[in-house]
Amino acid sequence: MDHLDRLEARSIHIIREAYNSFKNLCMLWSIGKDSTVLLCLARKAFYGHVPFPLVHIDTHYKIPQMIEYRDRLAIEWNLDMIYGENRKALEEKRTFPDGNCTRLECCRNLKTEALAHTLAGDWPRYRMDHNLKKYVIDKNTEPYTGVIVGVRADEEGSRSKERYFSPRDTHNDWDISDQPPEFWGQYKTDFAPGTHLRIHPLLDWTELDIWEYIKRENVPVVSLYFDQGEKKRYRSLGCYPCTKPVDSEAKNLDDIIEELRTGKFANIAERSGRDQDKEDGGGLEELRKNGYM
Amino acid sequence: MTKKNDEHMNIVIVGHVDHGKSTIIGRLLADTNSLPEGKLEQIKQLCRNNAKPFEYAFLLDALKDERSQGITIDTARSFFKTEKRKYIIIDAPGHIEFLKNMITGASRADAALLVIDAAEGVKENSRRHGYMLSMLGIKQVCVLVNKMDNVKYKKEVYDRIVNEYNEFLNKIGIQSQGFIPVSGMEGDNIAKRSINMPWYEEDTVLTMLDKFTASKPLDSLPFRMPVQDVYKFTNDADDRRIIAGTVESGTINNGDEVVFYPSGKKTHVNKIEPMSEYDTATKASAGYATGFTMTEQIYVKRGELCFKSDQTPPLMGKHMKVSLFWLGKKPMVKDKRYFLKTGTMKAECYLENILSVIDASTLIKTEKDQIDKHDVADCIISTSKLCAFDNSALLSSTGRFVIVDEYEISGGGIFTETVDNLHRYEKAKVMLREGKWEHGYVTLPERNERFSQNAALIILTGTKDTNKKLFAKALERSLFDEGKNVYYLGIGSVIYGLNADINPPGEKENRSGENIRRLAEAANILLDTGLILIVTASDLTKYDVETIKLVTKNDNTLVFWLGDECTTDIECDMVLPNDEDAIEIIRKKVEQVAVR
Repeated sequence: MDHLDRLEARSIHIIREAYNSFKNLCMLWSIGKDSTVLLCLARKAFYGHVPFPLVHIDTHYKIPQMIEYRDRLAIEWNLDMIYGENRKALEEKRTFPDGNCTRLECCRNLKTEALAHTLAGDWPRYRMDHNLKKYVIDKNTEPYTGVIVGVRADEEGSRSKERYFSPRDTHNDWDISDQPPEFWGQYKTDFAPGTHLRIHPLLDWTELDIWEYIKRENVPVVSLYFDQGEKKRYRSLGCYPCTKPVDSEAKNLDDIIEELRTGKFANIAERSGRDQDKEDGGGLEELRKNGYM
Repeated sequence: MTKKNDEHMNIVIVGHVDHGKSTIIGRLLADTNSLPEGKLEQIKQLCRNNAKPFEYAFLLDALKDERSQGITIDTARSFFKTEKRKYIIIDAPGHIEFLKNMITGASRADAALLVIDAAEGVKENSRRHGYMLSMLGIKQVCVLVNKMDNVKYKKEVYDRIVNEYNEFLNKIGIQSQGFIPVSGMEGDNIAKRSINMPWYEEDTVLTMLDKFTASKPLDSLPFRMPVQDVYKFTNDADDRRIIAGTVESGTINNGDEVVFYPSGKKTHVNKIEPMSEYDTATKASAGYATGFTMTEQIYVKRGELCFKSDQTPPLMGKHMKVSLFWLGKKPMVKDKRYFLKTGTMKAECYLENILSVIDASTLIKTEKDQIDKHDVADCIISTSKLCAFDNSALLSSTGRFVIVDEYEISGGGIFTETVDNLHRYEKAKVMLREGKWEHGYVTLPERNERFSQNAALIILTGTKDTNKKLFAKALERSLFDEGKNVYYLGIGSVIYGLNADINPPGEKENRSGENIRRLAEAANILLDTGLILIVTASDLTKYDVETIKLVTKNDNTLVFWLGDECTTDIECDMVLPNDEDAIEIIRKKVEQVAVR
C-alpha cells in the first residue's frame, strides 16, 4: 500500500461514513482541483454514483472556464448539481470589484453568506435539470446537516487544526478550543438538532499528493492550471479579481508535479496568489469560523 | 516507480504544558529548511508588529487564540522531509484540559517524541501522556529532555530525568527508543549535534526520526472488515448489491467464504467490485476501502464484522472486560445509557462494574464508583445487543472502541478479555425457571411411553424464500396420520402473540434474541407434554440454535437447513434441497429419533 493508496482509502472511508450518517448530505464543489479530487473519490466510494448533491457557490466572478467545466462534468457524470449565490449583494454591488468593499468583505458577502443561506435552504438553490440540461429552482429547501468539504491541513495554519468531522453550531460557529476527540477511525456522527457537521476527507493530503493523484487516476481538471503558452498558470482557482496566475511554464501534470517536488514552488505556499489571505493576521480563521472554505 | 523518499510517517510530539514541544518542531522545520518561503519572516514581522519577542513555537501556533495564550490548544500538523522519508509532525497540546486533543493527534501517529523540561523535570502530564501512548498502542517512543540550556547543559540533570522516567516507562510496559538532551530554543541536538554537550554522542532528533520503523502491514493477520454499508444504487441500471467497508486486517479474495458476526450469516465473495474503470483488483488487504458482491444474497447490515470462515472468528458477547480512558466533562457512571462504537457497530451500553480506577499520572489505583475525566479504568461494559470484536492484544484494530455520551465521543478503550458471557441472560433465566418450576406427578418418560414416541424438537430453517412452513405442515400431517402426537409452531405465531410486547406493530420482524428465547420457552413447555414439535424460523444461526437447545434442555433435537447453500454459520444435521423430497428425508430422520 503506497502513500496515495493510504490517503485514498482513508478519504473513501470518511466519505462513506458521512453518507451513512447524514440524511441531508451534500458536497461542496468549488471546481478547483481539490474538490474535484474529492468528487472522484466519491465516485470510487460509490462505484460510479454520487448519491448526494454537489453544491457550488457562484460568486459570478469566477473565471468563465470554471463554469463551463462544471456544467460539462455535471452532465457527463450525471451529477446532482446545485448552485447558490448572493443575489442581493450582487444587485447592490456590495463587492470588491465594484469598489464598494474590501476583498475580505467581498468574500464574506459572495461566498460565506451565500454558502450559509444555500446550505440552510432559505435562499434559492438552482438545480441542474438533466432533461432540460439547464438549472431550475430547486424545490427542496431542507437544510443540509452534513457538508463534505475539500480542505487540506497544509493549506494554512487554521486548517491544520481541523477534524475530519467538525461540528458547527446553529450560527455556523466553529469552536476551535473545544473540538471533539477523533481517534481509531471513530468520528463525531451524533449531533444535536440545529447543529451541522463539516466533513473533511482530504485533511491529510498535500498539494503534491493532489496532483500525483490527479495524474494516477486521470482526474479531469480545468485547463487554467496549465500554462497555455503565456508562461503563466493558476495554482489555485478563485474569483478572477482576487486570484492571480503564477509565473510558470508547467504545461502538463508531470511539469506541475516536478515544480512542486523540487522546482520553484517546493517552498512557496499555494495560496500565495490569493490576495485576501494577506489582508489581516487572523482573517482567514475568522472567515473559517463563519463558514468560509 | 517508487521514489526514494516516498515513505511517509506520522510522528506525534507530546509532553507536559510549556515543556517546549512547539519550539522543538519550529526549530526542526527552520533548521531543515522545511518552512514555506516567507513563513519565518511573516511570523517574525507579526511579532514585531505586536511588540512580542519571536518564538519558534509561533510558527506552529498559527491561530490567534493560541498566540494570545501561548499554549497549543489543538493538534497542528507540520510537513517535513528527510532523505529517508516524509514526515507529518503532529504537535499535541500538553495542557491537561486538552487531553482529548492530545489523543486525537497521537492516535494518528506511528511513533512519538515525548518532551520533558530539564529544569522542571518529570511532571504529571509527562507520565499521563506516556500512559496514553501505551493505551493508543504506540510502541515507538523517544524522550527528549528539553531546555538543556536552562540547566547549563549539565549531564547530571539529564541522567536524573532519564532514570526517573525510564522507571515509569518500565512500569507501564513501554520500552523507549532512547533519550536525547536537546534545546529547542538554541537548536542543540535538534537537526545538528550540540557543541554544548560533548558528553552526549548519540542521535539527534533528526537522526532518531529516521530510525523509527514504519508500522507493519496487517495483511498477514486474520481478515476483518466491519460492514460500513450495503450499496444498491439503482440508477443507470446498476443492480449490484455491494457490501462495503474498510479492511482492518488480513486479505480477502474473490471466492472466499465469509461469515458475518453477530448475525452469523455466511456467503462467498462473488467479486471484489472495481471502484473505477482503472481498478483491476481481485483482492483487498488491510487498510483498503473496498466492497464486494456475494454469491448468495444474504441480508447483512452495517455494524456486522466480516471474517473468513477458515480463520479464527472474532469474539462475541454482551459483557466485556475493558480498559478505558475517560474524556467526558461528565463522569462515567453506572445506570446511565451510553453508546459503544466499535468498527462500524453502535450499541447501547452500560457501565456494569468498575474493577479499578488508575490515575494515569501516578499509576495509583483507587476504588471509585464512577470514572472521572482523565481517569483510566478497568471495568465491565455491558451492551444491549450482541457485539463482535477482538481481544486487542491479538488484533488491535478490531479490539478497540469508543464510548459516546449523548452526542460526544467521551471515552475510548480496548477489549482486554471476554467475560464468559455468551447466553448469560438466557442461562440466568433458565436457572431461575428450573428453580421455580412446579413439576406435576406425571413424568415425561411416562408420557413418552403412553404416546409411544419420544418428545422431539424438529427445527426447519433456511432463507426467507424457502418452503419451510409448507414442508413443516406436510410433515406434521404425515406424522399425525401415522398416529404420532405432533404439533407445528412457526415463529410468526409467537411474534404477534406471546411476544407482542417486544414487537411493536409496524416494526420489522425480528427473528433473533428475545424472540428466539421466547420461542424456545414455548417449545420447552410443549416438549414437556411429550409432543413431537416442529418449529420454523428463517436464517437461524449457530447462536440461535444454542439458545434454543439451552432453553429447551432437549437432547432430541434435529436441525434442518432448507436450500442448496447454508447461508449462516449454523451447525445443522442436514442441508436439504428446497423440494418435496425433503419432506420424506426429514420424516425418516424424525422417525429414527422419535419412534419408540
